[in-house]
Amino acid sequence: MSAATQTTGSEQQAGRARDAGLAERVFRIRESGILVVLVLFVAVTTAVRPRFLDASNIQFVLVDTATFALLALGQTMVVIARHVDLSVGSVVGLSAYLSASLFKDHPGISIPVVFLAGLGIGLACGIANGMMVAVGRVPSLVVTLATLYIIRGIDILIVGGNEVDASSLPDSFINISKDTVAGIPVLAIAVAVVIAIGAYYLRTYRSGRDLYAIGSNPDAARLAGLKVGRRVFTAFAVSGAIAGVAGVLWSSQYPTINSTAGTGYELQVVSAVVVGGVAIFGGSGTATGAALGALLLTTINSALYVLGISSFWDQAIWGFLLLVAIALDQTITERLTSALRSRKPRSTRPGATRPGLTSPQSSTGSSTGTRHE
Amino acid sequence: MNNLSERIRPALRWETGLAVVVVLILIIGSAASPQFLTGNNLFNLGLSNGEIAIMTLPMTLIIISGEIDLSVASILGMSSALLGYLWAKGWPMPAIFVFVAVVGIAAGAVNGLLVTRLRLPSLAVTIGTLALYRGIATIVLGPNTVSSFPAAYTNLGIDAVPFTGNDMTWSTLIFIVLAIIFGVVLHATPLGRSIYAMGASAEAAQFAGIRVKRIKTGLFMASGFICALAGVLWTFRLSTAVQNNGLGLELSVVAIVLLAGVSIFGGKGSIAGVVLAVLAFAGIQNALLLTNFNQEATGIVTGALLLASVFLPAVGRLRRRRRRLTHP
Amino acid sequence: MALRRAKKLALAFPVAATVALAACSSSASSSSSSAAPAASSAAASASGSAAGASASSSAGGGATAGLKTGLKVFVIPKNLGNSYFTTADSANSGGAIAALTALGETGTETSGTSATPASQIPAIQAAISKGANALIVSATDPTALCPTLQSAMKRGITVVTYDSDAPTCRTLFINQASTAQIGTSEVDVLAKQIGDTGQVAIVSAAASATNQNAWITYMKQELKKYPKMQLVSTVYGNDDPTTATQVTQGLLQQYPNLKGVISPTTVGIAAAAGVLDSAKYRGKIALTGLGTPDEMKKYVADGTVKEFELWNPADLGYLAGYAAVELASGKITASAGQNFTAGKLGSFTVGADNTVLLGPPYVFDSTNIAKFNF
Repeated sequence: MSAATQTTGSEQQAGRARDAGLAERVFRIRESGILVVLVLFVAVTTAVRPRFLDASNIQFVLVDTATFALLALGQTMVVIARHVDLSVGSVVGLSAYLSASLFKDHPGISIPVVFLAGLGIGLACGIANGMMVAVGRVPSLVVTLATLYIIRGIDILIVGGNEVDASSLPDSFINISKDTVAGIPVLAIAVAVVIAIGAYYLRTYRSGRDLYAIGSNPDAARLAGLKVGRRVFTAFAVSGAIAGVAGVLWSSQYPTINSTAGTGYELQVVSAVVVGGVAIFGGSGTATGAALGALLLTTINSALYVLGISSFWDQAIWGFLLLVAIALDQTITERLTSALRSRKPRSTRPGATRPGLTSPQSSTGSSTGTRHE
Repeated sequence: MNNLSERIRPALRWETGLAVVVVLILIIGSAASPQFLTGNNLFNLGLSNGEIAIMTLPMTLIIISGEIDLSVASILGMSSALLGYLWAKGWPMPAIFVFVAVVGIAAGAVNGLLVTRLRLPSLAVTIGTLALYRGIATIVLGPNTVSSFPAAYTNLGIDAVPFTGNDMTWSTLIFIVLAIIFGVVLHATPLGRSIYAMGASAEAAQFAGIRVKRIKTGLFMASGFICALAGVLWTFRLSTAVQNNGLGLELSVVAIVLLAGVSIFGGKGSIAGVVLAVLAFAGIQNALLLTNFNQEATGIVTGALLLASVFLPAVGRLRRRRRRLTHP
Repeated sequence: MALRRAKKLALAFPVAATVALAACSSSASSSSSSAAPAASSAAASASGSAAGASASSSAGGGATAGLKTGLKVFVIPKNLGNSYFTTADSANSGGAIAALTALGETGTETSGTSATPASQIPAIQAAISKGANALIVSATDPTALCPTLQSAMKRGITVVTYDSDAPTCRTLFINQASTAQIGTSEVDVLAKQIGDTGQVAIVSAAASATNQNAWITYMKQELKKYPKMQLVSTVYGNDDPTTATQVTQGLLQQYPNLKGVISPTTVGIAAAAGVLDSAKYRGKIALTGLGTPDEMKKYVADGTVKEFELWNPADLGYLAGYAAVELASGKITASAGQNFTAGKLGSFTVGADNTVLLGPPYVFDSTNIAKFNF
């Protein structure tokens, strides 16, 4: 008996490892898929208009992507856990104005202090979201939609009819979004580092991988002993903190701030994340993919300008691309799921349960959960 | 029968609370400003919120069925742009109406097919079509505006319905008629019961013989048609077709539906709640506007109510669960 | 017998009355003979001015004879949160509300935040509901506001537009400067800076804004005088700093040979200056337009912008406030030739098209910008 169990056990383990390997490979492919599309796109555009790869153009694209990708990182953590954070636009707006007015009201204040303040504001908002979603156990779509309204309302109350303009901001601050090192914007390098850290964390640390488990099947994750509440709370807190920092960067990039900063940005961030391969129902996707998604969308934007195609086509192309990405991801997920299911280890006893894999069993179609074939 | 009361009871509890909120708003509003309850103010309320109110009705059914449609404001914008474009090209208005209606239905059909045939999550799909349809509106009109509509049509957007004493807008009338129709369909027909069933469990509904895919696609198409109608009304009210008409409205529509106690997971909710939520939403904005409060900061009140709409039932559930545990 | 006594009484009464009246009038005329000049002059002035209220009825108004007080006036800019309008409207800067308060009226600023008709109309409607006597509006769209504004006028509310017009649904338009002059001078200033040659672009506000389109029409006309200058594109920043920045960046990506940019919107020029404020573009791409000194100080100091124009928005608001009250009090009508005094700004005359002009645009540059604080 025990021998048989052992063989089954190790075969099961081998099977698990093989399947995990397959899943990993597929998602590497998905990520490289975006990279391939990006490279193709850049290649075609450059062939038509060589100046697309001019230093100044690249700088534009990288700087615009930086804040976008940063927000995509935060959103990825939340979406992987099968949640969504719609309040990021409002947090960016609030943080942008408050940090800019710190410069205005306290001239000579050090820049790192302002970044910390922005981070603090975002963290506070993220903690509020996290508390409500994790402790209150209420749907994040509703909660973050509510905080979207509330935070924007607070922002408008604080800002009133005022604005902060560029002359109140120190040059060194505004230059954060303009300085370059060997032609590459400093901001882009910094954000790339942050995203690399984030991606590593999500892949390697248990708390990161737990998010995938929670996104695939929250009930199973809870039953398996994962600290679901804590992980979800952390994800929202981090998303908020990131949005706070992004707000400070925003005021460096767009140095005239009023109460409309960041309005409507949340849906763009979710789009980038979805294009980047993060399933909207959680359980799969990577931070790198999301960042690449943000980069792809910004590049397309720029390419339209360079090619002289009216920028009026931009949004339609964006939407179409999003639909293609979603359809593609769905197909990949379904194929992968059926491929994994069809791989039965040879000596499976009838009724033996195969340990659930954390990655590809994300729900398909309706919002009511996984479908069992 | 048990199922019905199980479903209706928690909904009714929230609806009652909502009704209390609406009454509170009426009291506070009229205390804050003597013009609040005047016919003219109600007329203006109807004007500013008519289109949003109309769009909440199909959205309710879609959310109850377990999906969501974030492209509603973009379909509104797209129909507005097409209306302007075709009118500027010299098409006769009745032909334009037909065309715009067909495009609206088609847009909804695209949503429905992507969700049901390709089994894509509706949240992501409709974020995509939100951008796609708004993009089409931008391509069609560019930066141009069309405002040469004849008074006979623009009056539909701004005049009161005859025989109602100058207080009812056409959009309010349409909303009332549609609310009755949707209410009857949802609460008193097998189709309505199927929608609830789908929201509770799509698989179970499928096995029970309900044509889930067909109904969901139909709901999206109905939404597309209604949003196209809203787009026409919006354009006539402002007598201007421009590509950013209705920009950002989808979140307001979703907020109102959620405020009504409709569960984002599907399977719960009522049209009565939606009507009350529309009144609450419009009433708050208007009351605060009349008292000099900043118009957009009314979001704080809306957001707070939204939170209440999910927390209060959650608290209620918790209490019931505890009661059930201690008194088996 | 009784009848004869009654008839006597009846006769006596009128006789006595006439005698009494004669006596009274003689004494009155004697007393009023000294007062006669005053009475006749009072009568003369009553027939001269439209509203014969004496100076004492305008509380705190000083010398503003004939104007109503206690009016509820609502100032409705295109959007809130725009420093141009904050300066134009608020009491602190000496704008519209300052004028209204000085005249003894109640002034309130209200609007939406997104510079669109859909955002502005509820504010107008609320103002009407709150019992406005006059509205001072900067129109986000030439026609979309008309149903609401016309219903206001039907109720006897005075409707005055300022900064941006809605020509068919207001009584008077307070224009900051001659539309033609703004358009042509912008082009001339830019042409001077780029040597009359090269590609130029316009960064505008909202596509539907009346004033923007009016100025752009004149710009295009003036550009015909410079055959070597080519208008390659007009982009729209929608009065939103982020959008304006992005569309300016788009211009730079699409037209690498761009030589000049005109941005006739304070939000647009500030955003464009932010983009062009780098060693790569400074001096290579000229930027001008309509900007506020506060927003432009930094860019004039470092050379990104050499010259730009504006007027004093506070003066515009102040003038609009006075004009609205004059109109609401019935002291002037909107027809050409009507005169009125606008407090510290002096006297103005209604011109053609029911328009009042504030004055010529003012050119700001490094020599004078430090003097201003708005």
